[in-house]
Amino acid sequence: MNINHHLDDATLMSYSAGSLSQGMALVVASHLAFCSACRERAEMNDAVGGVLLESLDAETIEDDMLAAILAQIDEPLERRIVEPRQAIPSLSDPEIPVPLNEYVSGPLDQLEWKRIVPGVAYYDMPWQGRGVSRLLRIAPGKSMLTHTHNGNELTLVLRGSFSDEVGRFCRGDIADLDDQIEHQPLVDSDEDCICLIATDAPLRFTTLFGKLVQPMTGF
Amino acid sequence: MNKRPPGDDVDNIIQLKQAEMASADWSNLLGHLAVKPDKRLYARLFSHFAPKVKAYIVRLGVALATAEELTQEVMLSVWRKAHMYHPEKAAASTWIFTLARNQSIDWMRKQKYPQYSLDEWSETASEPGQGEQKVLSDRIAAAIKLLPEKQAQVIYMSYFEGRSHGDIAGRLDIPLGSVKSRIRLASEKLKQIWGGDRYEH
Repeated sequence: MNINHHLDDATLMSYSAGSLSQGMALVVASHLAFCSACRERAEMNDAVGGVLLESLDAETIEDDMLAAILAQIDEPLERRIVEPRQAIPSLSDPEIPVPLNEYVSGPLDQLEWKRIVPGVAYYDMPWQGRGVSRLLRIAPGKSMLTHTHNGNELTLVLRGSFSDEVGRFCRGDIADLDDQIEHQPLVDSDEDCICLIATDAPLRFTTLFGKLVQPMTGF
Repeated sequence: MNKRPPGDDVDNIIQLKQAEMASADWSNLLGHLAVKPDKRLYARLFSHFAPKVKAYIVRLGVALATAEELTQEVMLSVWRKAHMYHPEKAAASTWIFTLARNQSIDWMRKQKYPQYSLDEWSETASEPGQGEQKVLSDRIAAAIKLLPEKQAQVIYMSYFEGRSHGDIAGRLDIPLGSVKSRIRLASEKLKQIWGGDRYEH
């Protein structure tokens, strides 16, 4: 996959630190599933976590913990328990990145999209958080009102493309924006543009496509 | 790549006192555990890492009794998932950190922290330049100590307290953009060390 827009260093480091919201982490993990360059950077940030773990002063551990673990691993049925994996990639829609698999019920076209206005629909991720975490589906030629961000906003393109002042964003590209950026995204593909988005601030409808959405949802 | 055959150095490692073990030794030890379950090796790994894993979980803000339970779960998964560890891909401390991070977050949020596929680790394990993870860890440790205080502070708040950029901005009373630029500066310095060897020759 030819990816032109990558994750910001600050976002990647917070992902490895475990300090991103659920929604933001999902967008990051989904981009990493597409992008080997960012994956390598993520591995470096994981290594920073390892170094920091190693640097900590030891906390006292109960004397019997090791014995308890050794007893557990001796139970034959318990050994080598297969971790509950995310949905098996080979059975799922290749359009959907693996980390997103377990949160969507099927191919993108078969999701229960909720229409906001003609040409704009969304599908929410199944969790409550401070920010937004959803798929957005925008029809060709739709232009969004110019907006800025309150906090960080991540937009990963899964299908189609859009352009704004920053550049053109196609499948796999990520727009990693903060409140310094003002932009007006326009869907410039022949097909609908489907993006996975997340914000880390309480929703104030300054998000991508948000000004358009705001009057209709009554937030 | 770690070219030494399994078993070559394990007896040497066993002879070392706990305090003499370097990062690379722990990675070798976990590497042996990955190939062949061995409770004697596991016990050594446990006595080194379990107290640090607990310290990490406590710093995330988890109550002591729960931190004890979570530490036990993390250390149990070290045994159970050891076969997935690749010493050429990550230091032992890195691998154990990711287990501790994911399991702590899962517990605190009651939600699985979205991860990029660990299965892909094995596919990309032989990429050139990935071989010196264990040495790199020592160099990254040295580099973190040299970071300016303001940069180190945001790194600690991210990794040890699990704070978002917005949280950090609020607590330090600085703009969001400043938090991000401090993290970027720190990341840039660490990246030079990380990628330095690879691109020099």
